[in-house]
Amino acid sequence: MLKINNLHARVEDKEILKGINLEINAGEVHAIMGPNGSGKSTLAAVIAGKEEFEVTEGSVELDGENLEDDAPEERAHKGIFLSFQYPVEIPGVSVTNFMKTAINESRKAKGLEDMPANQMLKLIREKAELLEIDRKFLSRSLNEGFSGGEKKRNEIFQMAMLEPKLAILDETDSGLDIDALRIVANGVNKLKSKDNAVLVITHYQRLLDYIVPDFVHVLHNGKIVKSGGKELALELEEKGYDWLKQETVA
Amino acid sequence: MAYTEEELKKELETKEYEYGFYTDIESDTFPEGLSEEIVIAISKKKEEPEWMTLWRLESFKIWKEMVEPEWANVNYKKPDFQAISYYSAPKKSDPNKSLDDVDPELLEMYKKLGISVDEQKKLQNVAVDIVMDSVSVATTFKKTLAEKGIIFCSISEAIKEHPELVKKYLGSVVPQKDNFYAALNSAVFSDGSFCYIPKGVRCPMELSTYFRINQAGTGQFERTLVIADEGSYVSYLEGCTAPSRDENQLHAAVVELIALDDAEIKYSTVQNWYPGNKEGKGGVYNFVTKRGLCEKNAKISWTQVETGSAVTWKYPSCILKGDNSIGEFYSIAVTNNFQQADTGTKMIHLGKNTRSTIISKGISAGKSQNSYRGLVHVGSRAKNARNFSQCDSLLMGNECGAHTFPYIEAKNKTAQIEHEATTSKIGEDQIFYCNQRGIDTEKAIALIVNGFSKEVLNKLPMEFAVEAQKLLEISLEGSVG
Repeated sequence: MLKINNLHARVEDKEILKGINLEINAGEVHAIMGPNGSGKSTLAAVIAGKEEFEVTEGSVELDGENLEDDAPEERAHKGIFLSFQYPVEIPGVSVTNFMKTAINESRKAKGLEDMPANQMLKLIREKAELLEIDRKFLSRSLNEGFSGGEKKRNEIFQMAMLEPKLAILDETDSGLDIDALRIVANGVNKLKSKDNAVLVITHYQRLLDYIVPDFVHVLHNGKIVKSGGKELALELEEKGYDWLKQETVA
Repeated sequence: MAYTEEELKKELETKEYEYGFYTDIESDTFPEGLSEEIVIAISKKKEEPEWMTLWRLESFKIWKEMVEPEWANVNYKKPDFQAISYYSAPKKSDPNKSLDDVDPELLEMYKKLGISVDEQKKLQNVAVDIVMDSVSVATTFKKTLAEKGIIFCSISEAIKEHPELVKKYLGSVVPQKDNFYAALNSAVFSDGSFCYIPKGVRCPMELSTYFRINQAGTGQFERTLVIADEGSYVSYLEGCTAPSRDENQLHAAVVELIALDDAEIKYSTVQNWYPGNKEGKGGVYNFVTKRGLCEKNAKISWTQVETGSAVTWKYPSCILKGDNSIGEFYSIAVTNNFQQADTGTKMIHLGKNTRSTIISKGISAGKSQNSYRGLVHVGSRAKNARNFSQCDSLLMGNECGAHTFPYIEAKNKTAQIEHEATTSKIGEDQIFYCNQRGIDTEKAIALIVNGFSKEVLNKLPMEFAVEAQKLLEISLEGSVG
């Protein structure tokens, strides 16, 4: 589904991604781990098409299609979803209104009419129930005054509404207590299917106790330095990143 | 006035001022310049009674002694008051004729403006008065309203038909000597709307006036007078447009509202005068005095969406004279390119237990300057007066400015005054977040701006709110990214 070939990217003069190769198939869960500053969030942003990063070499393909010329919204229309590490606030715009706009913009891009109001309402109800979200929450301004847990849960709610092919979860566990973490992870697990894929970006292994990956990749200094099964995450937890840093130097 | 996404898209693509057409209608236009003779000539043209002519002459005398105010946070080349024509009227118009007799070119123009002076309005329950250049050309629904005793007509007609009301209230809230532009307006106003709601009557429909400057080289000086008698209610809407012209045009209106005991007036404006082009050339100078007087338990609510004009100088205010009276001001002011706005309100608390609310939302883009200027005054008698003010500014880009000038004068110890202010910027992060959810940048800005303005948009009558939202989007087109 997603194929990243020798991806290099930089911001201003600083090269951050230095040749990433990664292939993700439908039905798989991949985890990318790595120390701070290794390029994890940059990778997420580059896949989503954030313009401040310049791709200098390599490519990102979705279903065999190079995304190079696609604006972020076009990538979203094609099924890429990014759960943000720091979701932004948009005062005065309710979660419902925001979702309605997002869904209808995607439909418009596909040449479809707006989703009829009753269908939209049904969808919202369904997904809110699935993720155990209080409906009062949906009338609040997007992320304004939300707790850390609420923000992340809102991201997963949006993922549920938009039903992406590829969901990238960027540090979804940061700032969450253990209960919030469990709720968010359960939500992701409920949304997993054989037709979609999830890329979990995390610093710690604890999220991976709940969202169990098929593959774990370690990113260091802009490159994937090691890949393996879920046990790699446990090994990292035990030995820390220094072990790998030394290994790569050697 | 439902609009589809497609229509919206089309409009976003065009991005130019969409009301910038000029209609070729034969007009009767006075020579440029202002003198006693012109003032007399205007009055004569309008077949006014002598008392009105004298009132105008008195105003002219006052105006001659005054100087143009300079304290506002705006810079512009002062108009040459001798280079403006003070009267211009479509030739074929005759207020006494029915709509069927109105010049077909005029009707065509209203269609372009989106004003349907026909069945469509009937469905929406809005009565319309249209003022083009200087003269009121069509007032709809007069009969339906008359059955309730409501008077809704042009001010010229009111001067002739209801002199007792006009004499009593004209200049009672905004005196001739109030300020430079008000004095000028009092001398030369050519038309405007008049509305009287009798005791205890709830006006069954929205009353609406559309103002349009059509002729080149003319100023528009309309005068609006709304009187809500005891226990009555009226919701009044006004909209404004002008052709795109390279020279600056002057608009100096006066609006007076009188809410007698227990009455309520809701006055909504969507101001979309030509803002000038992208280089800051042309555009309307909008120097307007709007003020309302509240008697006991009365309420006046001003709602304005200001997207047009090159320079705006406007402070819709409330004099809370009666005990327990309420004043409200809800404003969205958008400036883009080289527009300048200095707008706000004055809440003058004189009676006991008077309350006022000010919600001001300023949106600045391009190289524009947007200022909020507001006064909350609590008089010595105004026990337990309360005010809440909130002034929010939203900036787009790095070259615009937002300014807040709140003035507070409290002469009674029991007063409670709260002021909150925020300034924020539409950030790239917000835009990217929306993009990532499939929302393109133009739509994202519209969404953010609408969210920012929601508290005020919610105060507008439904069909106006849709129009206003659309206007916000058009005004800010292309201002980020």
